[in-house]
Amino acid sequence: MGNASSMLTQYDIEEVQRHCHNLFSQQEIVSLYKRFCQLDRNAKGFISADEFLSVPEFAMNPLSQRLLKMVDGLNFKDFVAFLSAFSAKASLEQKVGLIFKVYDSDGNGKVSFNDILEVLQDLSGSFMSDEQRQQVLCQVLKEAGYTRESYLMLDDFIKVFGHFGLKMEVEVPVD
Amino acid sequence: MSNPGKLITSSSELDLDRPNIEDYLPSGSSIQEPHGKLRLRDLLDISPTLTEAAGAIVDDSFTRCFKSNPPEPWNWNIYLFPLWCCGVLFRYGILFPSRVLVLTIGWIIFLSSYIPVHFLLKGHDKLRKKLERSLVELICSFFVASWTGVVKYHGPRPSMRPKQVFVANHTSMIDFIILEQMTAFSVIMQKHPGWVGLLQSTILESLGCIWFNRSESKDREIVAKKLREHVQGADNNPLLIFPEGTCVNNHYTVMFKKGAFELGCTVCPIAIKYNKIFVDAFWNSRKQSFTMHLLQLMTSWAVVCDVWVRDIISVRAGLKKVPWDGYLKYSRPSPKHRERK
Repeated sequence: MGNASSMLTQYDIEEVQRHCHNLFSQQEIVSLYKRFCQLDRNAKGFISADEFLSVPEFAMNPLSQRLLKMVDGLNFKDFVAFLSAFSAKASLEQKVGLIFKVYDSDGNGKVSFNDILEVLQDLSGSFMSDEQRQQVLCQVLKEAGYTRESYLMLDDFIKVFGHFGLKMEVEVPVD
Repeated sequence: MSNPGKLITSSSELDLDRPNIEDYLPSGSSIQEPHGKLRLRDLLDISPTLTEAAGAIVDDSFTRCFKSNPPEPWNWNIYLFPLWCCGVLFRYGILFPSRVLVLTIGWIIFLSSYIPVHFLLKGHDKLRKKLERSLVELICSFFVASWTGVVKYHGPRPSMRPKQVFVANHTSMIDFIILEQMTAFSVIMQKHPGWVGLLQSTILESLGCIWFNRSESKDREIVAKKLREHVQGADNNPLLIFPEGTCVNNHYTVMFKKGAFELGCTVCPIAIKYNKIFVDAFWNSRKQSFTMHLLQLMTSWAVVCDVWVRDIISVRAGLKKVPWDGYLKYSRPSPKHRERK
């Protein structure tokens, strides 16, 4: 795929589609490409952290820093792959997989008590004290059969979310 | 942008301006109250927040305000294309030169009247100001004519009265010229470089215009003071303010900066809506300089717009409201806002 050109060939579209496991239609990929080019101001082939932060709705999101680590510098193919977890056609495992990756900031494949605490901190900020957060988390983990020292794996996450499913969808505007 | 990646703390003004976010959320998605016992699943479920973030990545209302919306191509079939080519020839070959001629004549007349008036009548301020005002209105009419501007004014003509300001939506610098043709306003503008800056320091100075510099924070107090002095004076021209603070693409209005409303005067709204069929008057200052923008206007068929005075902005002119501060175009939201969320 050309890094400086803003022309997307049919071959490119199909390649991207395969890479995201057909979770987006070809029109959606074309729309996403337009959006990608809009955000990538100087056509470098990837969107920098700065350019993501220029979207106020994104910058104001409490999890923006964590997501930024995951999307910073992605080329278009990986950008689409990242967003594919938000497609209506994505499976529960794929969606939970993304959530797991957000919690597992050091990428070691397991989520500790502290990892969850950090995300809670990002979300609740000054509305809860650290102590309150720890108390709540301890209690909730105990009731689910885990302890403070437990490490949660991806399978544990899938088990936790399995019962009621997960609604995490974004619609790609198609002209 | 001077500080890539760093958050520039915006002033507390933005805090006070925070709109009621419930007004802007789509119906049905109000912030939910938790019910029942808190389970591990509920605690770990960050999907709403992630969905919002992904939604913003995919599309966001702020970027849409500043997007130039290209016109739909209508000239692509075999019947219309040659017509379009003739149109291009006509516009560039005939219209453009005659417009340049009109504009040149206008400038000659203007300068040959303005310079003598300005220097010879130094002692008679009242008369001088009156003549200068009419001359500025004249050159603006020439400008408007040079784009074949068809401007329909609705509502009463603004008059010179103290303690009154006018606010208008902003699409391009030509907004100022169109309104100036109607009445010689004093306006508050960003100081520009180049030939525009020269015009600002000489001619517009005589109208009593006020300059500011976006990047200087101390500037704000000085400007606020100047504004207050201006509206108190009975002799000064009516003051025109563009409260969005920046050019918006004429499909939306962004949140107004509140300076215009804090002066303790009556505020009269003016709305400008351009007819896109003729030309898209949005000046995307990132994409083109003002000179290019003017040239583009002069090679189009016409600039057609409606100006409404004293009607409610945004509802009347068919523009949509967006809860974003226009200055976010230049800086990032402060960390304070993220915490609130």
